Amino acid sequence: MEENKINETDKKLLNEITNYDEIPQGAYNIRKNGQGIERRTTENVNIITKKDKPGISIYVKENTKFEFIHIPVIITESGLNDLVYNDFYIGKNANVIIVAGCGIHNDHHKNSQHDGIHRFYLEEGAKVKYVEKHYGEGKGDGQRILNPVTEVYLKEGSSMEMESAQIKGVDSTIRETKGELAANTNFVVTEKIMTNGTQIAKTIFDVKLNGENASTHVTSRSVATEDSKQEFTSKIYGNSKCFAHSECDAIIKDNARVIATPEITANNVDANLIHEAAIGKIAGDQIIKLKTLGLSEEEAENEIINGFLR
Amino acid sequence: MLELQNICFERDNKKILDNINLKIDSNQFIAITGPNGSGKSTMAKIIMGIEKPDSGKILFKGQDITDLKIEERAELGISFAFQQPVKFKGITVYDLLKLASKKNITKKEACEILSKVGLCAKEYVDREVNNSLSGGELKRIEIATVAVRKTKLTIFDEPEAGIDLWSFSNLTEIFENMRDLIKGTTIVISHQERILEIADKVILMKSGEVDKVTTSEDFLQNHIETNKKCCKIKK
Repeated sequence: MEENKINETDKKLLNEITNYDEIPQGAYNIRKNGQGIERRTTENVNIITKKDKPGISIYVKENTKFEFIHIPVIITESGLNDLVYNDFYIGKNANVIIVAGCGIHNDHHKNSQHDGIHRFYLEEGAKVKYVEKHYGEGKGDGQRILNPVTEVYLKEGSSMEMESAQIKGVDSTIRETKGELAANTNFVVTEKIMTNGTQIAKTIFDVKLNGENASTHVTSRSVATEDSKQEFTSKIYGNSKCFAHSECDAIIKDNARVIATPEITANNVDANLIHEAAIGKIAGDQIIKLKTLGLSEEEAENEIINGFLR
Repeated sequence: MLELQNICFERDNKKILDNINLKIDSNQFIAITGPNGSGKSTMAKIIMGIEKPDSGKILFKGQDITDLKIEERAELGISFAFQQPVKFKGITVYDLLKLASKKNITKKEACEILSKVGLCAKEYVDREVNNSLSGGELKRIEIATVAVRKTKLTIFDEPEAGIDLWSFSNLTEIFENMRDLIKGTTIVISHQERILEIADKVILMKSGEVDKVTTSEDFLQNHIETNKKCCKIKK
């Protein structure tokens, strides 16, 4: 059962998407090549394998305070198409940090793909911080494909903060994030994407602000270089007295293309919705400033991009 | 330590700098003043390498730097504070000070520099150098990024531009202490009397030429007399 053990490549992948060396804190479930290989549950967090489809259900007891849940996925088998459904049920007033992500190592010519469908059901007053990182590596010409879907259902008084990052090595991604917000809820999304080569990244946000005083803040920062292409679509529906701010900020280089499509719909006179989008190359004066501090053009660009995506 | 020889710079058929010849000694505080459009900022940018002269030579510590890049001049010991400080999304004040100092300065050291430019360090060190900062705050951070470099030559391009008078009067105190802070030659492009007062020399520029190089006492005396004459004529 070599396949089910964690080797050095796996450790490296796990460290790219989550700090594996420090994982043993709280509950976790590690999935490798389509199978769960390590799991720990705690008094407050239970993880159950789904019977009808691949994936797990995670149950967090009400009033759980500050627990970590790690659910990393790694794929090292070329040609694998891994589809997984993970559902999170967060009890009333629970407060947890969930770290997910997928690392693909593909040294061969077949495509490796992971489509993670994550659904979050937050009960009244629950708070979740969800961190998701995507990473690809390997010498093969097989593509590394990741298509995450995140659905978030917020009941009254709950809030969720989602941070997602895809900085390296993913050839193709379609990322969909949906949210349905009840009264007095808050959904904050921060997305960071960097593409190069001929990579393609698409993100679609679809957030419905249904309850009074629901609010959302969606921020996307991206860098597209070489011949890569990115598309950002944000659809926000203000169905009550609510507040939404969506921001797309992109740096383009070389022959890259970025399309930003904002769509804000106010279905209520008290809906306050803002969308900002900016696409452009690195500002010349930023490079000049860093050059006056002694940095070369290349060093200056790297600093600007690293800061922008931090 | 700095010498400009026959510097000419022309854009859109307009002579912006017309045969500038200038020598600046070590450890001096020099103010460059003159009407708008007289070529002050262009001259400063030419010294840093941000603009290239059409003809002429620039010598720095005896070395011809006319064809050197901005970063090469920076490495040799020239710093430049921008008239309009540049903003960066995601880069914090601490990051910028680390880049400027070219070493891993501690937060404590960064805070010391910020305090010297009149910022309450703890509040600023982790803030991003972005739109959330006011013009005056950005100016002070800009000054900190050049001060931390402690180079032989530091140029300030109109530090008073874009900030209100109240903020500027606080800022002049920093320039009064600049000698101790930087320990080199300082060139400040300014219209402010208080800056001119503390300068060892004042260079007056007019229509792309150096009109006069004088002491601050002489300059201010002349300036006051000229103004008096103007007032009399008006009467």
